[in-house]
Amino acid sequence: MLQQKSTYTDYRNNAAIQHQFSPYADNGGSVVAIAGDDFVIVGADTRLSAGFSIYTREQNKLFRLSNTTVLGCSGCWCDTLTLTKILKSRMQMYQQEHNKTMSTTACAQMLSTMLYHKRFFPYYISNVLVGLDEDGKGCVYSYDPVGHCEKRTFRASGSAGALLQPLLDNQIGQKNMLNVKEEPVTKEKALSVIKDVFISAAERDIYTGDSILINIITKDDVKVETFQLRKD
Amino acid sequence: MSILTYNGGAMLAMKGENCVAIAADRRFGVQAQTLATNFEKIFEMGSHLYVGLPGLATDTQTVMEKLRFRKNIYELKENRAMSPRVFSAMVSHLLYENRFGPYFVEPVVAGLEPKTFEPFICNMDLIGCINQPKDFVVGGTASAQLYGMCEALWEPNLTPDELFETTSQALINAFDRDAVSGWGATVYIIEKDKVTIKNLKTRMD
Amino acid sequence: MSSVLCPEIPAPGFSFENCRRNAMLEKKGLSIPKAQKTGTTIVGIIYADGVILGADTRATEDTTVADKNCEKIHYLAPNMYCCGAGTAADTEMTTQMVSSQLELHRLNTNRVPRVATANQILKQYLFRYQGHIGAALVLGGVDSTGPHLYSIFPHGSTDKLPYTTMGSGSLAAMAVFETRWKPNMSEAEGVKLVRDAVGYGIFNDLGSGSNIDICIIRKGTVEYLRTYDEANKKGEKQNSYKYPKGTTAVLTTRVIDIEEVSVRRLDRVEAMDTA
Repeated sequence: MLQQKSTYTDYRNNAAIQHQFSPYADNGGSVVAIAGDDFVIVGADTRLSAGFSIYTREQNKLFRLSNTTVLGCSGCWCDTLTLTKILKSRMQMYQQEHNKTMSTTACAQMLSTMLYHKRFFPYYISNVLVGLDEDGKGCVYSYDPVGHCEKRTFRASGSAGALLQPLLDNQIGQKNMLNVKEEPVTKEKALSVIKDVFISAAERDIYTGDSILINIITKDDVKVETFQLRKD
Repeated sequence: MSILTYNGGAMLAMKGENCVAIAADRRFGVQAQTLATNFEKIFEMGSHLYVGLPGLATDTQTVMEKLRFRKNIYELKENRAMSPRVFSAMVSHLLYENRFGPYFVEPVVAGLEPKTFEPFICNMDLIGCINQPKDFVVGGTASAQLYGMCEALWEPNLTPDELFETTSQALINAFDRDAVSGWGATVYIIEKDKVTIKNLKTRMD
Repeated sequence: MSSVLCPEIPAPGFSFENCRRNAMLEKKGLSIPKAQKTGTTIVGIIYADGVILGADTRATEDTTVADKNCEKIHYLAPNMYCCGAGTAADTEMTTQMVSSQLELHRLNTNRVPRVATANQILKQYLFRYQGHIGAALVLGGVDSTGPHLYSIFPHGSTDKLPYTTMGSGSLAAMAVFETRWKPNMSEAEGVKLVRDAVGYGIFNDLGSGSNIDICIIRKGTVEYLRTYDEANKKGEKQNSYKYPKGTTAVLTTRVIDIEEVSVRRLDRVEAMDTA
């Protein structure tokens, strides 16, 4: 705020000029996932941006890895493209080698290994992997850029992660409330909370907006739904 | 690390139907170390007027003393209580005077206008730019989390009881996701005939 | 105000008493926080009968929206308004100060202040602070010499133009002006053009958003259209998140009762305190 670098050549000092290349871009975007007993829902906004400009208003950030596994990515988009490309081919190799589709849990472990493999030049992505486990129960795995993996039942990540997570803690995790019955989250409740947290995020985070794409994964199929957000 | 996150702290004010709420956490810490859990960041400036000063703790107290001094001088000269609107203008000018060497506080003002008892809330950045929305204002290190909570929880025409629950839940859940605020909370509900001050039970970690 | 009784009330102007402390803190590795900025699209045009100013209403603090409906078209004088972009506090305070100077000028000269005067006051003030006061302004007004529009940069340079844009959305808005602006436009045409220019800024620039404010200044009259158009509606929430009473755990409760204070007006007129 206070100090602006002088742009005047007369005031330039004699220190060595440093040339730097920054290999990362921040393309924004948020992902929210909520797991239930027999389903899992994941939503991501569809705005792809850099700095103060929008690249596209309709970018799908959810990647179908199998019939029961979906990966949501936000962060550096070029890294996302590369990572998902490699992930998909590893999934295919597994399929052809073992003649079965990779399970969600196996996929979660593989993603962690792949991220840590690039420990000193990481993929700059916050990943949220969702799916159904071997018992058909919904699960959410969230990662840091270098492959730390944590299994939980709900998670918000990306540029508006800090705005979204407390509301999930409260509404899905039922934190800090007296006199509440513990009951499993329903599909309808999860879906409406996801929409509401994105409405809130679009109000306050400039990188979240335009619309959200939601995948609802059950043992039968993956339903896709869209929901409009503000466009400014 | 920014100077505003050195001591930590979260602050929130909300409008209701003929009432306003202002709430803050009670932590006083130096970076990651917590030193006290009974630190007050909200100060009474009149019967219906409260100001919260989240930010660098030393400036919280310095600015509070300076504001109280200027407010007292005003009240002695004018022989009337200071309204929230006037008070906010005064805070704003005090901060802007120090435009090139600011105090590291982001004030939140909440109160009821004299006579009409109309709810009033506003907040400022550290050099005194006033923001006066119709719903809620936030400040401190957990502001991102508070924005997310409040955008979802706030609705118009909350009664004092509803306002208390909404404010408290917004604050507690927000600062539970911030490492440098929490450790107890205080909520003030300001109404025409009374001010209710409640200390909340929260996680202490 | 300064007197023996209250020596702490400082002299007018900026205070630099915290500068050394803050520099020391910065040297210790604690970065100085950012002030609220208005990412902003602000525009102005000259049309047949005067000037039209337009602005969005979003104020940002880094990448979060701090104010969804802030007022960026500031009052300067009855015949002059000024849009502000840059550091929010600077635009607000600078226009307030210039507004009071113009009013004193009007009282001294007994004439309607000219836009050129306001421009001169603003640029001299900003130049003195060498760009450290981060105010980028679009100044518009009508005086005895006709309509005038100026753009003023934080370092104190100014342009006098028939149409101009400023702020992070200035390129998007200027694209609209460059294709559609022409001399002697009608008021309806002009308002539509300004609306669209700000709209392009709102939708294509992430630093600008929310609503569109418009101010039409004609000779003798002003029309300030606060929230002329709501470019974006907030989404409809699916749930209500009201909590039943007793949801939050309370440790202690204290109640301060406030007695109603009756204020009686004095019949006798008191002399103004001119001490």
